[in-house]
Amino acid sequence: MSTIHIDPLEKRWLWAIGGMLAIFWGVQIYFAAAENMHPPSNVETIDSAKLHLSGEFAEENLGVKKEADGSYTVTMVAARYGFYPQEIEVPANTPVKLRIASFDVLHGVHVPFSNMNTMVVPGYVSEVHTQFQTPGSFPMICNEYCGLGHDYMYSKLHVTAGKS
Amino acid sequence: MSITAEHAASLAATSSRPAVTAVQAYGNKLGLWNMWVAFAALALGLPMGLFQAAERSGFFPGIENTAVYFASTSTHGVLLAFVLTTFFTMGWGYHTMAHSVNKKPFFGWTGFWVSLIGTVMAAVPLLTGYASVLYTFYPPELAHPSFYLGATLLVVGSWFWVADMIIAFVQWKKENPGKPVPAVMFMFTITALLWGWTSLGVASESVFQLLPVVFGIAPTIDVGLARTLFSWTLHAIVYFWLMPAYIAMYVILPKEAGGKLFSDEFARIAFVLLFIFSVPIGFHHLYVDPQQAAGWKLLHMFGTFMVAVPTFLTGFTVLASMEIAGRLRGGKGLFGWIGALDWNNPIVLAGGLALLMLTVGGWGGVLNASYTWDVMVHNTQWITGHFHLIFGGTTVIMYLAAAYWLWPKITGNALYSRALAVWQMWFYFIGMVVLTAPWHMLGIAGQPRRVSTTDQYAAFPEYAQMWGIYEALMIVGAVLVVVAGLMFIYNLVMTHLNKTPAADTKVEYAVAIHEPMRLPNVLNSLAFWNWAMLAYMILSYGYPIVQFFFIGTHGTIPWGV
Repeated sequence: MSTIHIDPLEKRWLWAIGGMLAIFWGVQIYFAAAENMHPPSNVETIDSAKLHLSGEFAEENLGVKKEADGSYTVTMVAARYGFYPQEIEVPANTPVKLRIASFDVLHGVHVPFSNMNTMVVPGYVSEVHTQFQTPGSFPMICNEYCGLGHDYMYSKLHVTAGKS
Repeated sequence: MSITAEHAASLAATSSRPAVTAVQAYGNKLGLWNMWVAFAALALGLPMGLFQAAERSGFFPGIENTAVYFASTSTHGVLLAFVLTTFFTMGWGYHTMAHSVNKKPFFGWTGFWVSLIGTVMAAVPLLTGYASVLYTFYPPELAHPSFYLGATLLVVGSWFWVADMIIAFVQWKKENPGKPVPAVMFMFTITALLWGWTSLGVASESVFQLLPVVFGIAPTIDVGLARTLFSWTLHAIVYFWLMPAYIAMYVILPKEAGGKLFSDEFARIAFVLLFIFSVPIGFHHLYVDPQQAAGWKLLHMFGTFMVAVPTFLTGFTVLASMEIAGRLRGGKGLFGWIGALDWNNPIVLAGGLALLMLTVGGWGGVLNASYTWDVMVHNTQWITGHFHLIFGGTTVIMYLAAAYWLWPKITGNALYSRALAVWQMWFYFIGMVVLTAPWHMLGIAGQPRRVSTTDQYAAFPEYAQMWGIYEALMIVGAVLVVVAGLMFIYNLVMTHLNKTPAADTKVEYAVAIHEPMRLPNVLNSLAFWNWAMLAYMILSYGYPIVQFFFIGTHGTIPWGV
């Protein structure tokens, strides 16, 4: 077994790399654990072709609902080329759960300057948990190419001054 | 020493053609054809990028056309990310096989023609708007069958190259027991092996999911599975593009700069680590996908950051090699060696600029790799900025540098203009920075990637206002990059036609300070790393793929664009 030649400078650099790696991992673990920040990952299947027939994503069940604990649940459908309902309103600084499913192809939804960002994959339900801090009107942008009308696919999110 | 031998040597020295063995001549020709296809793709793809930057800015209403934009974006992506990279790497790989271990490939021209036919089959529907599904071809939107068949053939053609590299590697080792495989050959074979593993993901998606739907055999497609398989390929492919650029930094740059490679062993270590850590980590492309659970995403996050290790090792070794060169050229003091380097050598300049872009782009990548923060930038223009800086910038600038090094050696003709090459490098670098810095800003300000216009945000004037200046800047950057690209192509064509013979056509790779006489087996063979990869892949992709067969998925019907 032959050994390799390691320069003393390389040894020090290896320690430095190890240190940087520990910082990268540490910061991620800290925010995931302490702030309970996780990407949307609920692994829930649905038949996208039958969304409109009945159940949670039927047209009459879409929109904003206030839950018993004061939080809000927003149920939406993404379909070429819009998010339905096209305008939603939620209070600021209140837990919001967005549940959204695609009716057709791949979409994505992003509200700039917030962590509401999820892919909407046909066949699966996406669920995002967030709180909006700033009152105002924001675009909910489709951020995945979904066809030639993709550019114009967006809805409006109105955040009202809720509890401070 | 006889008169005849002396005479032959002097003839070889004055001849305009390099004195090469038959095997080397074969590798030269095969390499040249492959690399010309690569740079033809570059010449076609770059102006499309300029068109896209101008089209989406909204400053030129006369050229706005959504259908043309998405056809252009799809073609631009396929040409630069798939055609340029695959053909360049195959070409230089064949050249390396011939010159470092004197081996002739078995399937060289077969692979070349299969890949080229595939490219043409994909290009026709792309250019005519029948494959505007972008280079990531996310189903259930379906393109013309010719696009998928062509893309599959391009990959299949490259597998012939992978087989050739591995065969040559194994043969040489058998003939030279106990000796270290030349570093350049070791690194190229690791790159080939990486591509073999990497391409299995998208190949499975194509064969088991896309083609059956395209030809009406399967009525629906599971998009969650398709995205998972594509993620297997999507990140590691970036390392397939990047590794030849690193090879140029390890084996060309130190010698061109006038010095030595700081460490042969660490170059090999960096390559085996890049290999093992870049494939089983694709989930950072799926961080905000609903079909995978958070725990798997967290696991892939740890692996994603591990890739920082070989990257930092590469930066260290390449910088140290440049420092050696600077000091040998008389540079003194902590930073004096930097000024002592020959920045009028296009290859040295490209190396320096590539490392700068890698440093900035790499820190941007830390954000993308973040389990918790990626949601802020996912699918925004930030991502476009990131990969243009690392791929278009760091990677392609080293391809250009390698071409300036290779062309005189292959053709025997002197480089047409060194000054033009230096100007080209500066134009390309400044262009890339001016192009990608605004994209990073636009991404943070929430602008999505993959839109052909931002007119729709008129309802939110504060966004439109925030974006305006960056839209203007990026066009300036795009113009500079295209000008640089044309300067490169012109220089290369004129070199090919140049009547002046090159002064030095001998293919010599950088030598390490401590040339290894013997190496531990793991740094001189492929078997261990193959088994390690298999184990790591089963660990990180096993359950996430198998789950689709028992969680009760519903297929999705295909849709047109």
